[in-house]
This record gives sequence, C-alpha cells and structure tokens, in this order.
Amino acid sequence: MLAIDVKDLRKKFNVQKNREGLSGALKDLFKREYNEVTAVKDISFQIPQGEICGYIGENGAGKSTTIKMLTGILVPTSGDIRVNGFIPYKDREKFVNGIGVVFGQRSQLWWDIGVIESFQLLRKVYRVSEQDFRKRLDVLVERLQLGELLNRPVRKLSLGQRMRCELVASLLHNPSILFLDEPTIGLDIVVKTEIRDFLMQMNKEQGTTILLTTHDLQDIEALCSRVIMLDDGRIIYDGGLDELKNRWSKGREIQFQFAAHTPLEKLKQLTDPLEVTWTLENEVTAKMWLPHAVSVSDALARVVGGTEIRDIKIFETNTDDIVRGIYQSGSAAAGKETVMS
Amino acid sequence: MMSAYIDFIRIRFLMMLAYRVNYYSGIIIYAINIGAYYFLWQAIYGDQETLAGFTVNQMTTYVAVSWMARAFYFNNLDREIANEIRDGSVAVQLIRPYSYLLVKMMQGFGEGLFRMLLFMVPGMIVVCLIFPVTLPKDPITWLTYLIMLFFSFLINSQINILTGLFAFFVENNEGMMRMKRVMVDLFSGVVVPIAFFPGWLSAIMQWLPFQAITYLPSSVFTGRTPGSEALPVFGLQVIWFAGLLVPIWLTWRAARKRLFVQGG
Repeated sequence: MLAIDVKDLRKKFNVQKNREGLSGALKDLFKREYNEVTAVKDISFQIPQGEICGYIGENGAGKSTTIKMLTGILVPTSGDIRVNGFIPYKDREKFVNGIGVVFGQRSQLWWDIGVIESFQLLRKVYRVSEQDFRKRLDVLVERLQLGELLNRPVRKLSLGQRMRCELVASLLHNPSILFLDEPTIGLDIVVKTEIRDFLMQMNKEQGTTILLTTHDLQDIEALCSRVIMLDDGRIIYDGGLDELKNRWSKGREIQFQFAAHTPLEKLKQLTDPLEVTWTLENEVTAKMWLPHAVSVSDALARVVGGTEIRDIKIFETNTDDIVRGIYQSGSAAAGKETVMS
Repeated sequence: MMSAYIDFIRIRFLMMLAYRVNYYSGIIIYAINIGAYYFLWQAIYGDQETLAGFTVNQMTTYVAVSWMARAFYFNNLDREIANEIRDGSVAVQLIRPYSYLLVKMMQGFGEGLFRMLLFMVPGMIVVCLIFPVTLPKDPITWLTYLIMLFFSFLINSQINILTGLFAFFVENNEGMMRMKRVMVDLFSGVVVPIAFFPGWLSAIMQWLPFQAITYLPSSVFTGRTPGSEALPVFGLQVIWFAGLLVPIWLTWRAARKRLFVQGG
C-alpha cells in the first residue's frame, strides 16, 4: 500500500510587492501589487509504506512547502495528495493522528513547562492510553537516553537534547508516517549519529515510513534508499542514491605518496595517452584525477611501473560534490546530457 | 480529548502564577485608574443627584466594577495569535489533532482564571477599602453577574481572536490590534458608560457586540438595570457569542487557504 501518493501537486503564493520610495508606499496603500510565486510546480511521486525517502534540494526549492502540504498545514493550489489514505488538509484533525512531524527549526514542545509535562499533554491531545504511553515512553527514553532530561523545562535544554525530545514527542502516538524537516540541523556529530541510528532501527522494527528533508547528505547516505531531488519546484531526480552517484559522478581521484620527489613532468609522461590530470600536493605526494572512461587498473599499472610508491588512496567523488554539481548546473537534464555524451 | 483542553487551562494558569509578580503592579495601576475616574465623575456630578440614570453611588460602583471586570476578561489572544502567524509557529499547531482556536480560547480562560483569583478579587478588596463602593447584597445578582462576566470574557476573547486572525491577511496588523483595544475600552463602556454617549452613537452601539462586554453586565450589577430585565440582557450576550462564531469560522476557513508559513 502507498503511504504517500502525490499527483500534479502545485502551490502558488501571492507575495506582496513593496514598491520603492514614498510614492511607491503611497501607491501600495491604495493598490497592492502581488507577485505570484509558484513554489511547487506539478510534482508527482509515490512512497510505499516502510520506505525511508530523502527529499533534497537547494534552499527555496520547495521542500518545506511540499512537506507542509503533505502534513495538512498548507492547502495546495491544485493537484491530489493522499497520505495514509487521507486528503491531509481536509480531514486535518483525524489525519494528523496517524503522522508524526519534526521541524528542525521549530519546537513543538511547550517552552515553559517540563519535558515530561509536555509529553503528558501530548498524550491527552492524541488520546493515547496511559498504559501505551508508559510503554512507548520507556522504550523511547531508553533508546534516546533522555532519563535525566525529563524533569527539566524545555527552555533549559541544549539543541541536541531538545531535538531528541522533539523526536519522542512526534512518536508518542505511534504514527505510521514520520515527516522530518531538517531534523539534524545544527547538531553535533554524536547526536546526529544517534538520531540516524534510532530512525534506522525504528524503520526496521516498526516499518515506519519516513520522509526527510535535509541539507546534510550524510543523513541521506546513512538512512535513505531513495532520494527525491527538487529544483525550483520541480522533481529533477527520483531514484536510488547509488544510481544518483553513478549517474552524476564523473570520475575518481587517486592520491599517491612516492618514496622520493617525483616531478610532475615525469608523472604526465608515465600516463601519457590516458586522459588524466595530475596535481602536485607537495614534494612527495600527487593526486591523479581520472574520468570513468579510464580504467583504474590501467592507470595504476603505468604509475606503479615507473615509480616507487609508499601509499595509495582512492577517493570516490562524494555525494556532496555530486549534489553540488547538480545544484550548480541547475537541472538534471544537464547532468543527463553529460552522462550520455 | 476534553482533558487535554482542560490541561491547557491548567498549564496557562500555572504559567501565569509563575510570573505573578508582574501583576502586583497591575493592581495598583487599576486602582489608580479607578481613583482618577472616581474623582472625575465626582467633579462632573457636582450637586446633581443623577446623570443619565446613574446616581453618584451607582457611578462609583460602576467604575470600580467595570475596571475590575476588565482585569478579568482582558487578554492578549489577538497578539498571541498574530505572533504565531507571523513567526510561523502556527504550523506546529496545525499538526496536532485539536482545534487551534479552541486551544487559544482555553489558554485565554486559564489566564482569565488567574486574573480573577490573583488580580480581580484582591483588587476589588483594595478598591472597596479606598472608595465608597456599594456592592449588591442579593446573592442572585452576584450569581447573574458572574455568569454574565463569563460571557464578557467569551465575547471579548472572540473579538481578540478575530483581530488576531487578520494577521493572515495583512502583513502587519499591529495598528488594527491597537485600534481594537481602544474601541473595546471605549465602546464597551469602561471609560464612559454608553448611556452618556450622544443619541446617534448609543443607537449604533445597540447593534454592536461591545456593550455586551462591560456596559450591560455592569449595569445589571450596579442595579441600574433592574433584576427583572437581566434575562434579556443575558440573552443578548448569548446571541452575540453565537453570532461571533460565524465570522470567526469564515475567517479561519479563508485563512487556511491563504496561510503561508514564514521562514521556509
């Protein structure tokens, strides 16, 4: 069964235009002008139950707007959404019982009261029985090590502590779909890893569907089997992470450490007919960049044959570089062309 | 679910209690206000026995009771709602299975309860000690008044909610909120009883909800409106309460379509 089914989804905003100067302000007073901004342009995708899907894109690409439509906060301009079988904005109060949402940049806990009081209040809001609540809370508290935080007021928590509490808050009612909007923003690596492990385990054990937006591609690499990439309101890629890498990575880099100083000329000579580029790092270290077209063993054999080598490292182009490349080129089409050519 | 709503009352009450020191100065400010109006009315009355159907005594009581009622029903729901809309935290409210506006109303009531117990009641005692206020002795008048006061709170909060929701439609509704505040104070009869308004204005007031907030209940309490006429007055409050639900519902529905969450 599909957890999320989106068809031709579109969201248009009217953004007020502020004209310049005094005369502009006066004109605005009597006749406002609006800019029409289409944040999400007819996107369609489907996410089956139990999948962890990453939703990535530059700032302003329309990720958060999509999430807000999927969670029933925003009403779409056109298109169909089905989440858990509901149309989110229509049966909002019934629908939200089945989903959990975490906004990395907004707290959903009550600022002035203690963490446990916030949880108790959520228990009542979601009508969870005391028994189920205890059971779930115990498990979550143990997993995310919240023990001593429970009695503190929310405003006294550090960001990492708060984020873990936010996760618990979004899961107390046992939702089948979890939406995470930049859940690891601003967190240190320990907390990030902890949260990733936790999400992974929850997905495995309970089959929770997770849709997450992030700018941290390590989140995606650690969690997601599938990525949807958005640019300027359109989906430019939808598929596996490995495929994304294969399609867009243009080559790899090999670093050599030589026994003695080796001049650039000599290295270039060694690999002469091959289309590789050399950069010298220091006296004894050099990097060779080779496109996919060139075979690694071929290039290595030439270098190894002609020099004495202490160490070799091979660097795959990392996802960050790939994604940066796609963002900069602006569209997936450009990426595809280079792959095909 | 109901217990969740009651929890919102409780939590707001406890929160207010934590900041109670802020309100001690409020008691003094209200006492000064009441004092100023007391002396002003004394001067206006001069030798006259009654003005616009109020005796001097009734007027003193009216001023004291009206200000103290304001201490109870006053809240900043408009500002809270406008802020939540402007900074985008209304989004978090919408992912919960409850009615946002009802929660706001409950929080307002939690604040109201706090204001009643720690602000209005002690304030009233202070005022009664300083000024010649005569309170009614009939327990039925008290009971009627308390129920009416509750509706004062409801109607005032509804107007606040409506004002706050306008933040969905305009970039900055600060001016509107200020205007509303002055309008409610003036037209509800806290500053001047509506009986003193020029004929055309008091005629217009008949058709607006403001009088139901202060003027009508206070008139009943001070005895200017006889107890036998209390029921139609109460009926009017109920009608306004029900009537105001319609524009709130319509505004909320329109707002949901227009909502655009600031900051991503």
